[in-house]
Amino acid sequence: MTTPQHPVDRAPTPDPTGTGSKGTRILGIVTLLGIALGATLALRTSPPDENMGNAVRLLYLHVPIVTLAYIFATLVTVASVMYLWKKSAWWDVTAAACGELALVFTCLTLVTGAIWGRPTWGTFWVWDPRLTATAMLALLLLGYQAVRRLPGDQPSRARRSAVVGLLVLPNVFLDNRAVTWWRSLHQGTTILETLQPKIHDQMAFALVFNMFVGLLMGAWLLVHRWRLAWLEQQADAVELDEAITARRAEAAQVRAEPAG
Amino acid sequence: MSNWSYVWLGWGITTASLVAYSAWVIARGRALSRRVPPQDRRWM
Repeated sequence: MTTPQHPVDRAPTPDPTGTGSKGTRILGIVTLLGIALGATLALRTSPPDENMGNAVRLLYLHVPIVTLAYIFATLVTVASVMYLWKKSAWWDVTAAACGELALVFTCLTLVTGAIWGRPTWGTFWVWDPRLTATAMLALLLLGYQAVRRLPGDQPSRARRSAVVGLLVLPNVFLDNRAVTWWRSLHQGTTILETLQPKIHDQMAFALVFNMFVGLLMGAWLLVHRWRLAWLEQQADAVELDEAITARRAEAAQVRAEPAG
Repeated sequence: MSNWSYVWLGWGITTASLVAYSAWVIARGRALSRRVPPQDRRWM
């Protein structure tokens, strides 16, 4: 009987052809199933609210979105601090990915909040401290995207983006505290209310379940967006190399041509 | 508009936005992968 020389001879992992992998596909399927169940809980199973009626079903969407916006915005500042400290491309890529996701979820916060506000408050928008602070956060994150796209070499872009990224977390804190520091039309802390018995069990379960599904979706999006940001950096480096090679070839051609 | 109209509007806009954004991220990732040499595509 002969034994193979390499009993655990694994085939090399194929090079990725996108931002997906086996792990993200599994996470994506679990997330989709969670979204289907979460939507059923929010739109069918949970009862209407005494005061808000069926408009409460928008909160099962709005609260997870706000949570994701806060998490990604906080990560922008954490990644920026880490970049300024470690000068590592990994943290710059993390800040880039989280910055865009924070902007997407902050915009969705404003949209879903406005749609919820119309049947509940009678208006889409008021210059309330919480709403104004959220709009300021969205504008800051938009400015952060603009700074990331300014021309310059990679370390300079990363450094100035990290400096702007430091401003994001104070804005998140201001946004979160706006309902307690100032008199606000917006309701107070929603998540902690789920721990109190005055909320119907089915409503609390639907909210907590949708928060959990939101975190799964956020993780899936973050992995894909992080890998995309990494590919963007690599593509920039390839373009720069190609441009330098082209210029060198042109210079060599000029030198090779006889004068006159 | 009834409350249910606002509910469907909010859920519809959010779903459409997130589906569109996810599709853009995946499509751009595939497009950039073709431009980046295989050895530079590894992120870990």
